Amino acid sequence: MRIRIAMAALAVAAMAVAAGCGGSSGSDTGGTGGGGGSSSLPTSIGEGEGGLNLIAWQGYTEPNVVKPFEKQTGCQVKVKYGQTSDEMVQLMRSGQYDGVSASGDATNRLIAGGDVVPINTDLIPDFKDISTPLQSPPHNTVDGVHYGVSYEWGANVLMYNTDVVKPAPDSWGVVFDGTSYSGKVTAYDSPIYIADAAVYLKATQPDLGITDPYELTQDQFNAAVDLLKTQRKQIGNYWSDFNSQIQDFKNGSIVIGSTWPYQVNALKGEKAPVDAVLPKEGATGWADTWMMSSKAEHPNCMLKWMAYATTPEVQAKTAYTFGSAPANPKACTFLDKEVANYCTDYHVTDQNYFDNIAFWKTPLADCGDDRGTQCIDYSQWTTAWTDIKG
Amino acid sequence: MATAEQHDAVPSRRLSAFFYRRRWLKAILLLLPPLGWMTVIYLASLAVLLATAFWQQNVLTGQIERTFTTANLEALRTDDIYRQVTLRTVGMAAAVTITDAILAFPLAYYMVRVASRRTQALLFLLVLVPLWSSYLVKAYTWRLMTADQGPINWAFEKVGLGPYHTAYTLLAMWLAFSYMWLPYMVLPIFAALSRVPNSLLEASGDLGARAGTTFRRVIAPLALPGVAAGSIFTFSLTLGDYIIPNLVGGNVHQFLGNLIFVNQGIANNLPLACAIALIPVVVIAVYLILMKRIGAFEAL
Repeated sequence: MRIRIAMAALAVAAMAVAAGCGGSSGSDTGGTGGGGGSSSLPTSIGEGEGGLNLIAWQGYTEPNVVKPFEKQTGCQVKVKYGQTSDEMVQLMRSGQYDGVSASGDATNRLIAGGDVVPINTDLIPDFKDISTPLQSPPHNTVDGVHYGVSYEWGANVLMYNTDVVKPAPDSWGVVFDGTSYSGKVTAYDSPIYIADAAVYLKATQPDLGITDPYELTQDQFNAAVDLLKTQRKQIGNYWSDFNSQIQDFKNGSIVIGSTWPYQVNALKGEKAPVDAVLPKEGATGWADTWMMSSKAEHPNCMLKWMAYATTPEVQAKTAYTFGSAPANPKACTFLDKEVANYCTDYHVTDQNYFDNIAFWKTPLADCGDDRGTQCIDYSQWTTAWTDIKG
Repeated sequence: MATAEQHDAVPSRRLSAFFYRRRWLKAILLLLPPLGWMTVIYLASLAVLLATAFWQQNVLTGQIERTFTTANLEALRTDDIYRQVTLRTVGMAAAVTITDAILAFPLAYYMVRVASRRTQALLFLLVLVPLWSSYLVKAYTWRLMTADQGPINWAFEKVGLGPYHTAYTLLAMWLAFSYMWLPYMVLPIFAALSRVPNSLLEASGDLGARAGTTFRRVIAPLALPGVAAGSIFTFSLTLGDYIIPNLVGGNVHQFLGNLIFVNQGIANNLPLACAIALIPVVVIAVYLILMKRIGAFEAL
């Protein structure tokens, strides 16, 4: 009896730990780049394998997109939604998925980790129509080798409750002053959100000399962290689950904060009193890429999916659901029919606007300019983020 | 048919005779699965946990590099944030444990000493039913209950108090935790009180003790191990939880479980996650030693 009871007590202790490290211990396949050059890549897509396991952002794999693909190719699609880029990287490393819609802060980590393989873009018929800056952007093309095809892009906008937040904001200042709408402000729960503070500082405190919100020197980084610690006083919650965020804006627990266009569209669809704005300081944003896993079980289905996802119809459907800009401007024919001036409003071909969005990318010690390697890398961003939340 | 059965019976009888003569072998075979489970699943993973805490992570690829470093433990010691989060977590675990003990004792006492058999069975069922429904459903319910325009605030407003800011506060989490683990406190206290024999109470009365004295000097000391046993559940469950801080606490008040979850699942920094996971291991070990002194393990 005593032994059994002692075991039960130990099991209880085990439960306290189980929250931690029971899961995957991470692969240790070394840090080599994935695969060789494009010369050794397949030159045609073979027979589909009948299945496809994807990691995607919510809204990227809606039934109106997936169903016709399944009918066309016989590849049955299963989707796991990722809530943050870090989670997507983690999921990809599990080796159970064929592909991912990775944002720019995940892509280079996946490429460097050898988790994704190069793609022969000749197999993607619509690749040539993708807008020029997104054909070979640095976040998915390394040394001229393509590791995927661009899908959609957009900005992280400022959403607010139109009944409560008056006057309508045109600046991020209201969510960084530490007092406005105290307890009802939300922010994205990921270290990458530090860049949002850096974007604001870049515009409001030129003395700091911030050139790129992802390449911050110690002083610039400290200023951004301090700003977020001020913001912490007015924060109601940090969001990572879009459904919960939609709930929060509906039931009034949250009235203002950063969001994706998807939530804005969903809430407006339910006639909730919300609106969103791209503040005058600019914004962070995402440009997402479909990438194929180096352990893909269904490589042919994945290639078929990439080709399919680049077609104007699919690009238009997803852009419309998610509220994003398509990488393939030919989608505009469909989009502008659905919503007047969609492509003008979302600046699909506006190079100037595109250049003003600070697209998510992985912060590295190497600043990428003549400052050398004095920039703050992502592991320090992660630690700082824990510190900011307190 | 009959002969076939006899033939089958012979080897099985032989087998039982074989084990009868070698009792030590029987004991080993019976103990092997649970012992194997303990060593392989539990102790081995604890060892991996400990080892991983001394490894580090490649910044760019996010993969683990198996070179020895004490940097993770050093960070735990020097960085104020970890002390702060540990205090918050342990504080909440203590608050929830005390709350549940205060709520559970009268209920368990009523069930054992006052209620009729039927009422007792009904109360028992009412305590158990919440345990059979999904944890996530209950957590989401408390998120809605404590929303700023949720039922709790609505009720406050109706009686002329408030409205208060309740969404994503420590108060909301305290309510949710206390509700969630209450059954784990009621059941051990119920068991402990059931074991107090009536004869002791009668003897106490016969010797001239009043009801209060009997409660204080007979019932309470005998029920204390039950409270201690229940507190192990409420304390350890709160200590390791990361879902209520996420759903009901809105990720604003970090707990140890959240730091572990974020570093393991989101930031992908397994070594640091394992280092942080050592904190609750130490805390719960100390707690178990304390509770063993009160006799919690005899009352489970």
